[in-house]
Amino acid sequence: MHPSTSVIFFTVASGAGYGLLAALALLAVIGLIVPGGGLPLLGLLLALGLITAGLLSSTLHLGHPERAWRAFSQWRSSWLSREGVASVATYLPAVLLAALFVRADVPRGLVVAVAVLAFAGAVATVVCTAMIYRSLKPIGAWHNRHTVPGYLIIGAATGFAVAYALFAGTGSSAAWVAGIGAIVALSAGFLQKRAYWRFLDTEDGPASPESATGLGGIGRVRLLDPPHTGPNFVMREMGYAVARRHAEALRRIVLVAGFVVPAWAIALGLGLAGGLAVGLGTVAAVSALLGAVVERWLFFAEARHTAMLYYGATRS
Amino acid sequence: MTSLPSAPPARKLGLVIDLDTCVGCHACAVNCKEWNTGGHSAPLTDTDAYGMNPSGVWFNRIHSFEAGDGPAGRTVNFPRSCLHCDEADCVTVCPTGASYKRTEDGIVLVNPDTCIGCKLCSWACPYGAREYDEDEGVMKKCTLCVDRIENQNLPEEDRVPACVSTCPAHARHFGDLADPASAVSKLVAERGGFDLMPELGYRPVNKYLPPRPRAVLPAAPAAEAQEPGLPGFLGWVDRILSR
Repeated sequence: MHPSTSVIFFTVASGAGYGLLAALALLAVIGLIVPGGGLPLLGLLLALGLITAGLLSSTLHLGHPERAWRAFSQWRSSWLSREGVASVATYLPAVLLAALFVRADVPRGLVVAVAVLAFAGAVATVVCTAMIYRSLKPIGAWHNRHTVPGYLIIGAATGFAVAYALFAGTGSSAAWVAGIGAIVALSAGFLQKRAYWRFLDTEDGPASPESATGLGGIGRVRLLDPPHTGPNFVMREMGYAVARRHAEALRRIVLVAGFVVPAWAIALGLGLAGGLAVGLGTVAAVSALLGAVVERWLFFAEARHTAMLYYGATRS
Repeated sequence: MTSLPSAPPARKLGLVIDLDTCVGCHACAVNCKEWNTGGHSAPLTDTDAYGMNPSGVWFNRIHSFEAGDGPAGRTVNFPRSCLHCDEADCVTVCPTGASYKRTEDGIVLVNPDTCIGCKLCSWACPYGAREYDEDEGVMKKCTLCVDRIENQNLPEEDRVPACVSTCPAHARHFGDLADPASAVSKLVAERGGFDLMPELGYRPVNKYLPPRPRAVLPAAPAAEAQEPGLPGFLGWVDRILSR
């Protein structure tokens, strides 16, 4: 599948934004966020900024962005519509949580209730994003049990890494919880991606040239003449193929930059405070985000679509 | 509304394509383009139409495949267009309701006024039947010529999709596949019509008829045995001269 820049930026940015929102909500529920402090508010604004930038970016690949509001209507059947509804619904508790962080005299029960809603909204939106891909039967690389955990874990890993970077300078309990949460998510991400790629390297695809043409009864089927000499929309959109050699190099970059470097940087920073911890936290967050961009690029570039069986692909 | 019709459509209009008789002339694709660039989803825009990299929207594409090897191998021309599936995921994934399946006859259409051009429906179609119009920013697809099949201004024999009306080999048939007594349903039953990629569960309405088994010719008998001797005097001359 063609790796569209706007969709990669959208899924990585909004995933990290919802991860950060979930991290802050969790800290608020545990009671590690001191009301009236500047850092939690900064964190929430950063989360809302990432989410908003991502959502706006996702409208860039539309043929008619001015009609995007119509996408809220079909939540009964469409995961893309559900994602739109969930993302907008999550703004409510997220913005309310930001307002509660400003004041020092808020009843704790109210903070916990709003934080739980924000956490649930963040998780629900990322699940909807993943389900858009998970529900596509023609794409074997996505229509499997790895897709939803993959999106949730990378959202959590990048979000908690950013949360750690935010609190690292304080060396507080919030930094410890965010840091350990990030290390757990990063380790899970490392294992999950390796399991996903093992799956990808062994799956046969949902269809074959024989079933796509129904001519398998005669024998092996291969394309003799394409319908036309130049590429068409379907070939440009679904026909992107990344070389095996490049994919392996990029997978290593994902594992190292996306998981190993940030996990070690955070592990080194835990227990420290001040500038060094902030530096390590920043390295972790930036590295995790870069790794997530490469991971998302590969998620698209390695995915094969059954439509290409009609254009000479020997497997789907 | 992008939910599929709650009850199965009373009629299921669709095509039956005969892979045995299709000669791969592309006339159906050309007539489809010609009709539909002025039809329901008009225009079918082209980019760089007269340049080095022409590209454009077509609802119908004609592939040619080789199947099997050696003496059993066949070359099969393979027209491919929207199959108007019963379980059309291209409809249910649509976030705006622009993509829909008609309850009366099962035809899958796109409303160009509410399509946002997100392209998700084209990803959801395993058959690559939907093509995005870069120029208009909306998705386009085969309409089964809704503007022909019920068009009272056309003579009755022309009330079939453009691809069907133009096929010189009569390889394309149009009709109601929900009615077991219809000509197309009988054709499917007689010839063993099949679904494309049945394992994906989209339950396409359009059916394909397989190439007929190759006629097995009797082995040519030896030339001498085949040649009857000439009768009478001519036979005597032939035998003398053949010595």
